[in-house]
Amino acid sequence: MSRESVITEQPGDDVLLAGWGGTAPTRARLASPLTEADARQLLDRAPDRGAIARGLGRAYGDAAQNAGGLVLDATALSGIIDADLDRGIVTARAGTSLDELMRWLIPRGWFLVTPGTRFVTVGGAIASDIHGKGHHVDGTFGNKVRSFRLLTGSGEVLDVDRESSPEVFWATTGGMGLTGVLLDATFELIPTETRFIRVDEERCPDLDAMFSAMEESDSAYRYSVAWIDCGATGKHLGRGILGRGNHATLDEVPKTKRSLAHRFDPHQLAVAPPILPSGLINAWTVKAFNELWYRKTRVSHRDLIQDIGLFFHPLDMIDEWSRVYGSRGFVQYQFVVPFGAEDTVRRIIEILGNENWPSFLAVLKRFGAANPGMLSFPMPGWTLTVDIPVGRAELARTFDRFDEMVLQVGGRVYLAKDARTRPENLGRMYPRLPEWREVRHRLDPDHRIASDLSRRLGL
Amino acid sequence: MNDALGSVQSVLILGGGSDIALATAKALIARRCRTVILAGRDPESFSGPAKELRHAGANTVESVTFDALDHSSHPAFIESVFERFGDIDLVLVAFGVLGDQDRAEVDPTEALRILDTNFLGAVSVLVPTTAALHRQGHGTIVVLSSVAGERARRSNFVYGSSKAGLDAYCQGLGDSLVGTGVRVIVVRPGFVHSKMTDGLDAAPLATDPEHVAGAIISALTRGTEIVWVPRQMRYVMSVLRHLPRAVFRRLPV
Ligand SMILES: Cc1cc2nc3c(=O)[nH]c(=O)nc-3n(C[C@H](O)[C@H](O)[C@H](O)COP(=O)(O)OP(=O)(O)OC[C@H]3O[C@@H](n4cnc5c(N)ncnc54)[C@H](O)[C@@H]3O)c2cc1C
Ligand SMILES: NC(=O)c1ccc[n+]([C@@H]2O[C@H](COP(=O)([O-])OP(=O)(O)OC[C@H]3O[C@@H](n4cnc5c(N)ncnc54)[C@H](OP(=O)(O)O)[C@@H]3O)[C@@H](O)[C@H]2O)c1
Repeated sequence: MSRESVITEQPGDDVLLAGWGGTAPTRARLASPLTEADARQLLDRAPDRGAIARGLGRAYGDAAQNAGGLVLDATALSGIIDADLDRGIVTARAGTSLDELMRWLIPRGWFLVTPGTRFVTVGGAIASDIHGKGHHVDGTFGNKVRSFRLLTGSGEVLDVDRESSPEVFWATTGGMGLTGVLLDATFELIPTETRFIRVDEERCPDLDAMFSAMEESDSAYRYSVAWIDCGATGKHLGRGILGRGNHATLDEVPKTKRSLAHRFDPHQLAVAPPILPSGLINAWTVKAFNELWYRKTRVSHRDLIQDIGLFFHPLDMIDEWSRVYGSRGFVQYQFVVPFGAEDTVRRIIEILGNENWPSFLAVLKRFGAANPGMLSFPMPGWTLTVDIPVGRAELARTFDRFDEMVLQVGGRVYLAKDARTRPENLGRMYPRLPEWREVRHRLDPDHRIASDLSRRLGL
Repeated sequence: MNDALGSVQSVLILGGGSDIALATAKALIARRCRTVILAGRDPESFSGPAKELRHAGANTVESVTFDALDHSSHPAFIESVFERFGDIDLVLVAFGVLGDQDRAEVDPTEALRILDTNFLGAVSVLVPTTAALHRQGHGTIVVLSSVAGERARRSNFVYGSSKAGLDAYCQGLGDSLVGTGVRVIVVRPGFVHSKMTDGLDAAPLATDPEHVAGAIISALTRGTEIVWVPRQMRYVMSVLRHLPRAVFRRLPV
């Protein structure tokens, strides 16, 4: 008798799963349902520790893993079911990736709310209620969703419409997969004449300049995001590059590119080697990188015609880029604070610089209106995202301090990125948690849907 | 659950009265551990430390009976702990006896008591512990080995051999668990000021329980599998290990 045989017979394989940050891997049984009936049956026979759906594993923390339980790989449930290309409405299975969708839609003149990578599924996009550079105009992915079908923990399949079942709809949108397994969804598209974005870039010498540039003119752009050099201190604190754009119309595209204006065929340029030593990304390499990045942009650039792939998903060009952080992985910390709390953003950037925390590609974005998602992350305000490699033991305290600063002004951290916040903070960050719990409990009284995230945070 | 930075939320301490273990529990609580289960021969004696741990911020501190020497009780003991408290993120194996070396050289009962506690008792409780963590799909086992197991010394080779056995077992155990979500951290302190060493002359590079606790926290964050405390011990021991026996025997260690 081996230790393995002690585990009851379940379909699938025992695998170690972690999020994109590569931290806190746990073992689960991973099964890939090919049909809805498979998914139902698997859920029905799930072990005591329950089941959770997993898309492409792009959540940074532990949202799509379930130690000792079942993980349903939803990526095989993929494909476009129905498309109304006159009105711009698509129904797709939840495992369909945004990459697949874009390859099909962009040549046909349609686009989607997209995060910083195309390699996320529709299910993952709804469960995390993801946002992109266009949040101040388009809202989240969930804002575009009209309805979906949901397999709940008690084995029922619900047709959930935004208008007729708002409670389940807004508990699931941003609900981190904990209300059930999404099967398919119907959502609205964004029209686009070409596959290009007309981009303006400008260097902002400090944080105030950055804040005011975004406040004053974000509204002229559908897409806007700033890269901040977290290594810059003193009077350069918060300097960075603001990149904003709109979908380019056909006559804005240079004639030579017009014939290809709809082609969308991004490819990966490189794969990061599988094992890189931890410590490659440190305060010094990052400082040098950030300095170069800041210098690479001239003081300003107008009307650059950029490919959608390059503008939205620069990191997708390197497959498995997260490996550069080494075997210990990294934490991506993303918080939002309401307008008026600019000083909190400033102090956090200051601490990162003063304490020499290496973060490259820190990103600042000005959010638009919130939606009714009970655990949805965005709220009107500023959101900052930083990546920090795991290593120095004080990192835990530093992040805890940031949490406190964010809480003090009524902000929150993003659950799709979280891998370390304190459970007792959650109710303060997400005041509608009790309401969400009620809906979840009604859909799944025995909590058969569970994840490492739900256990860690006591959701 | 473990978080991304190695913080844990619940810990089972085997040898709940150990000074090193209590210092470790406090450090874990400071990093959001909320459930501490103290297991030992005399759970009543844990009420003082339990109060301290609650004061430090733990929500649940429970004391349970556990005797490393009562091998046959271990499977049921482990089962009941996991059933009662749910997920255990970290199991700290902290019990141990230094024993009386002089007596152990003439009295097999004493020699066997040391081995039975430190080596066999640990193996006996680690077998069901490993199975429970394996089912759970995650968890960390931290074992207090000792530099004494690295090279047997004239002055305490019975204790040293018990730790050598424990250390070897735990290294192999760690390797066997790769890919299961369960990991093993072997801690090798030098001389630590604690109840165990009370009244003994401190050896060079002596440390205190808080120092060992800090090293454990750092290993949890960094995923280190073997931890020397203090860190220089690693280099000292690698020199000592390679000394010819005739020389080593004469060293005052
Ligand atoms: C390079 C990069 C850039 C990113 N940029 C952004 C960004 O700009 N904005 C943003 O908001 N996010 C961003 N993210 C995060 C990412 O968009 C979200 O984590 C997203 O949820 C990942 O989708 P996934 O399909 O990989 O899901 P997974 O990571 O596999 O799972 C994430 C969550 O979705 C749930 N889920 C997945 N499929 C289903 C389903 N079928 N039914 C029910 N629940 C399901 C899981 O249970 C889990 O809770 C980025 C991630 C990366 C790696
Ligand atoms: N101190 C050092 O210099 C040093 C150096 C290297 C390694 N270590 C190791 O570190 C660990 C902790 O030591 P410490 O310094 O913290 O010493 P300690 O305070 O004496 O702790 C040892 C604990 O083990 C318990 N114990 C002994 N026999 C037991 C049994 N049969 N069943 C259950 N519990 C039993 C003791 O409890 P009782 O009250 O029931 O006896 C005591 O609480 C030990 O494994 C030790 O070998 C210590």
